[in-house]
Amino acid sequence: MIARRQLIAAGGLALAGCATTGACAGRVIVVGGGFGGATAARYLKLWGGAAVDVTLVERDEGFVSCPMSNLVIAGVRDLASISQGYGGLQAQGVKRVRGEVVAIDPVAKTVRLADRSTLGWDRLVVAPGIDFMFDELPGLSAALDTGRAVHAWKAGAQTLSMRRQLQALPDGGVVLISIPKAPYRCPPGPYERACLIAAWLRRARPRAKLLLLDANPEIQSKKALFERAFAQQHAGVLEYRPNAELQQVLADGTARFEFEDVKADVLNLIPPQRAGDLVREFANVNRRWVGIDWLTMQAHAVPGVHVVGDAILSASAMPKSAHLANQQAKLAAAAVLQLLKGEAVNPAPLVMNTCYSFVAPDEAMHVASVHQYDAVEKTMKAVPGAGGVSPAASAQEAAYARGWAENIWADTLAL
Amino acid sequence: MKAWFLLLLCAPALAQDPNAGRSLAASCANCHGTDGRPRGGTMAPLAGMQAERLLALLAAYRSGARPGTVMPQIVKGYSEEQLRLVASYFGSLPVAQARP
Repeated sequence: MIARRQLIAAGGLALAGCATTGACAGRVIVVGGGFGGATAARYLKLWGGAAVDVTLVERDEGFVSCPMSNLVIAGVRDLASISQGYGGLQAQGVKRVRGEVVAIDPVAKTVRLADRSTLGWDRLVVAPGIDFMFDELPGLSAALDTGRAVHAWKAGAQTLSMRRQLQALPDGGVVLISIPKAPYRCPPGPYERACLIAAWLRRARPRAKLLLLDANPEIQSKKALFERAFAQQHAGVLEYRPNAELQQVLADGTARFEFEDVKADVLNLIPPQRAGDLVREFANVNRRWVGIDWLTMQAHAVPGVHVVGDAILSASAMPKSAHLANQQAKLAAAAVLQLLKGEAVNPAPLVMNTCYSFVAPDEAMHVASVHQYDAVEKTMKAVPGAGGVSPAASAQEAAYARGWAENIWADTLAL
Repeated sequence: MKAWFLLLLCAPALAQDPNAGRSLAASCANCHGTDGRPRGGTMAPLAGMQAERLLALLAAYRSGARPGTVMPQIVKGYSEEQLRLVASYFGSLPVAQARP
């Protein structure tokens, strides 16, 4: 135990809670304060208590939720209503470091921050989310940098920017939403966004049009339900075209697709995605996603480093959702605590998913699934016969969607 | 000493992971609140609910006797043993107090 204390002191971080108990199981650094990282930090502390030292490193001051952010874009609620602080986690004993991790050293077991400081760990949990792939899309990065285009696929400043661009839209103007090829974060998100913007256009800019161009051959989630909303509620405003992949953005803002050039007043171009930059060297699947062991969420390529959320190679039929990032983080937290104590990990973990989508400001629908660990194939498998979608969008499910958001935020951030 | 020895022998047969109930119940927390104590009035509190009562509710969702939106679909993804572990865990907690 003395050796452990000396090690901790050498780590350079003040570790009062753990070091003074005399029963320190270990130090865990969690990088990234989104749904995955914040939940990991919360549950490591909830289940590990004083015996585990938990530090959350996040570059942003606060948390802004991607789920419900399409309602902000459509003017139904404001950004403050989907923003939260990290004070709840700190009150639970999670140490908070505001900074950006720029390098992970799995041999020395440290992370280095942009300010050149380092933090030591016994186990590392990384939840870097997604970053964008611009290589095969000339002009897109520049269009996003200048503000001519927005992605609004990470909530916060981009969400507000897209809202402002919509408010500046002239009646008779055109809004373009471009969807990248799957897999991408939040499969139903672009279709929900299109529905909510169409509902707003009908009321506020009745002569405007929305073009939804999808690189995929069909709607990627809740297909029949979105098709119904497109054909009924949003007919005449929203036009959906599959098999339309963005190729280039020209200097004058023209969005070039394989078969057409599109000029629009609001360009919402959602780029193709991969695991966040921080874990790029661990992204062993197509150099794009991090392959993990589903019993522990440990990266295949890096012992001691657990990765959760949108950055991982999702199991079959498992979307990249906030709900699943939260569930994976709990799986990781349980495993990390067991590994720190030298105990066996849960041999039969389970995660489940519920995603609500709004098709109008007061109408929502869901998709749900349950995924059990398959010991033979060493992956998570959706349980046949379980899960499903709503029979129809409804006001009742809109109330559930709001209740879901309130509860997952509280569960994730210890509010 | 004898009791300790017996516990070691029996534990793996009862549940391979001593935290199985707690971890399974955490999969409910996204909607029903951490440890079954939800925010707002939309979702049912589960903390402190008698295990037999919760199991009966879950069985009614599974059979279709009780209507619902998400619950009838996801309850079918859990084994009977997993549902028992979840219900025992929530039953072991103090009753949830209403929270705004």
